Amino acid sequence: MTMQTPLGRVRGLGSAKEGVTHWWAQRVTAVALVPLSLWFVASIVRLAGADHALVLAWLGSPLSAAMMILVIVATLHHAQLGLQVVIEDYVHREGLKVAAILLIKGTAILLATAAIVAILKIALRS
Amino acid sequence: MAEFSLPSNSRVGSGKNFPAAGAKRPRTFNIYRWDPDGSANPRLDAYTIDLDACGPMVLDALIKIKNEVDSTLTFRRSCREGICGSCAMNIDGTNTLACTKAIDDCATEVKIYPLPHMPVVKDLVPDLTQAYAQLRSIEPWLKADTPPPPDRERPQSLEERAKLDGLWECILCFCCTTSCPSYWWNGERYLGPAVLLQAYRWIADSRDEATGERLDALEDPFRLYRCHTIMNCTKTCPKNLNPAKAIAEIKKLMVARR
Repeated sequence: MTMQTPLGRVRGLGSAKEGVTHWWAQRVTAVALVPLSLWFVASIVRLAGADHALVLAWLGSPLSAAMMILVIVATLHHAQLGLQVVIEDYVHREGLKVAAILLIKGTAILLATAAIVAILKIALRS
Repeated sequence: MAEFSLPSNSRVGSGKNFPAAGAKRPRTFNIYRWDPDGSANPRLDAYTIDLDACGPMVLDALIKIKNEVDSTLTFRRSCREGICGSCAMNIDGTNTLACTKAIDDCATEVKIYPLPHMPVVKDLVPDLTQAYAQLRSIEPWLKADTPPPPDRERPQSLEERAKLDGLWECILCFCCTTSCPSYWWNGERYLGPAVLLQAYRWIADSRDEATGERLDALEDPFRLYRCHTIMNCTKTCPKNLNPAKAIAEIKKLMVARR
């Protein structure tokens, strides 16, 4: 039972004074993913049927490696921003919500780091 | 988790049937009924009336039913011309005003429910306490430190005034807010389209001097950014306004001031 006024409840803890960075980052990564995805798909199509050595040589070139890292970073950053919003929308138990968001962000960071290390290993082999 | 199904005491059962004997142009209205005095679940009562002896709008039918068939039917109405917002309800699955919705535009069996996902006071009357408190929280009045000219009103150019068109017409019926899934799941923190349109109405007003303060109060992952441009608000607005656009304008200003 609460005797707090409706206005007091609605004002709550006040404005978090953040959210615009998250929103803007989601838009920027979305726009960045348009050329990045086109490049990625075109590259894979071009490499269809290529042997292992040729793919390694392609990924080893500085431009391919750089683009590939950008694809990974933009994709995973965009994905974790979006999934965070989904969790905030539907999960209302505070502890579960925080845990789910941390799990999503942790997974994105792990995947991104592993992918970047793999790309760099190939790119810096010679 | 957000609740996707109705709690057991809110499941709607079937109710009474009120036929119309000898009606020349019969039409059936299935209306949500819930009585706070008692423990019964909500029910859907079926009222059949003769359209030859009824006005053209859904509100006319409701008034006819209350006057001639069942005086316990409870709903809000006042102006009967779409300017007060009292008779907002869900008709055939869409939130709209009963007074401006023609019966001829409805399905064969008209279904009438209260505005979705709000506590119900009785029958078609939703409890809008929280929505009104949210409106109060955005301080919907002119805020300026500069005093007005002593002999006249605060001046505003024609172009500045034109920016308020599409905003001032809102009658606060809350059809849009109660149609928004984001408001259903997070209404206690998300302000909802009606209140955000009102917030933008004051942000866009050239006479107001508190724009930054207003944007500060809105910049919040829940208050503003729960809007995911679902657009139900714009689709349902009985005044043909565009709350989704007003919210987008606020988001643009948030970026512009970074």
